[in-house]
Amino acid sequence: MVSGQVSLLADARPPFPPGVGDFFLPGIAGAYPWLTKFTLMVWFAVALIILFFLVSYRKPQLVPTKSQWLAESMYGFIRDGVAKEVIGARDGLRFAPYLASLFLFLLVTNVFGIIPFLQISPNAHIAFPATLAILSYILYLAVGVRKHGLVGYFKLAAIPPAPGYLLPLLIPIELVQNFITRPVTLALRLFANMFAGHLLLLVFTLGGFVLATSSSGLIKTFSPFSFLMAIVITLFELFVAALQAYVFTILTASYVESSLAESH
Amino acid sequence: MDTLAVTGSLSSIGYGLAAIGPGIGVALVFAAYIQSVARQPESAGLTRTYLFLGFAIVEALALFGIAFGFVWATG
Repeated sequence: MVSGQVSLLADARPPFPPGVGDFFLPGIAGAYPWLTKFTLMVWFAVALIILFFLVSYRKPQLVPTKSQWLAESMYGFIRDGVAKEVIGARDGLRFAPYLASLFLFLLVTNVFGIIPFLQISPNAHIAFPATLAILSYILYLAVGVRKHGLVGYFKLAAIPPAPGYLLPLLIPIELVQNFITRPVTLALRLFANMFAGHLLLLVFTLGGFVLATSSSGLIKTFSPFSFLMAIVITLFELFVAALQAYVFTILTASYVESSLAESH
Repeated sequence: MDTLAVTGSLSSIGYGLAAIGPGIGVALVFAAYIQSVARQPESAGLTRTYLFLGFAIVEALALFGIAFGFVWATG
């Protein structure tokens, strides 16, 4: 967190505890308040992924080079492990490019959260997960409507196979789940994980400084443990970043699969 | 003089309460996965998808707790 670090060097007392305000970064260029560190990081992530795939697939060879192998295995992991596995061998291939792009974009932007000097994931701001969740929402609605027709899809999404006397209870639940809860949880899960992870890092790093500048000698001795915990949390965040990218992708695939399912 | 006064937001206690259910739920999901793999090791790859699906869905409630704790903290 850059602004936290700057004020840390300026003041004797570090700002503690960290709060929601630490996530609203100031604009970099004065005239463009929308141009923040997040915006630059998203552009950087997109450029990185596009360049990597262009370079590693410029001269494809039968015996792959190292970078070609990496690119192929990343795409293959999503195509075989998610698209074919969840959606099905026939329909899955159509969605593999979207799912692979989604996974790689999420992986790169999530890992930004622990890379020095970037140190915050764009996904720690609700706008970016919400946009991605809306994309997935539109995708699975459009796929469902195209396959079953408007009325057919609503029937599929609203009416579960259950005895008639349960339907008044189940139809509202299914409607809320398919049209409200799914996109909201998709966005919120990614956002809250990245937000909480960044907050944990702030708490332990700033907490180390707070303990070190304490007047009591006994409290000062606990400062290294706070920094040690920050290192442990950083490693844990690497795991969470990969897991959440995978979970977002697999849930999108599962929602698409439920839209494609034959009527009950 | 109240020596035991506690200050701060009540939402931190609320988050503690909100994390109980998902904590147990996630534990059940992983316990079931470990058990199924121990009984039938070949099914590990097949059930891993469902492991992460179930984990993600159960975990959502705890994450609501984090988000809404901040949303309603100043209210």
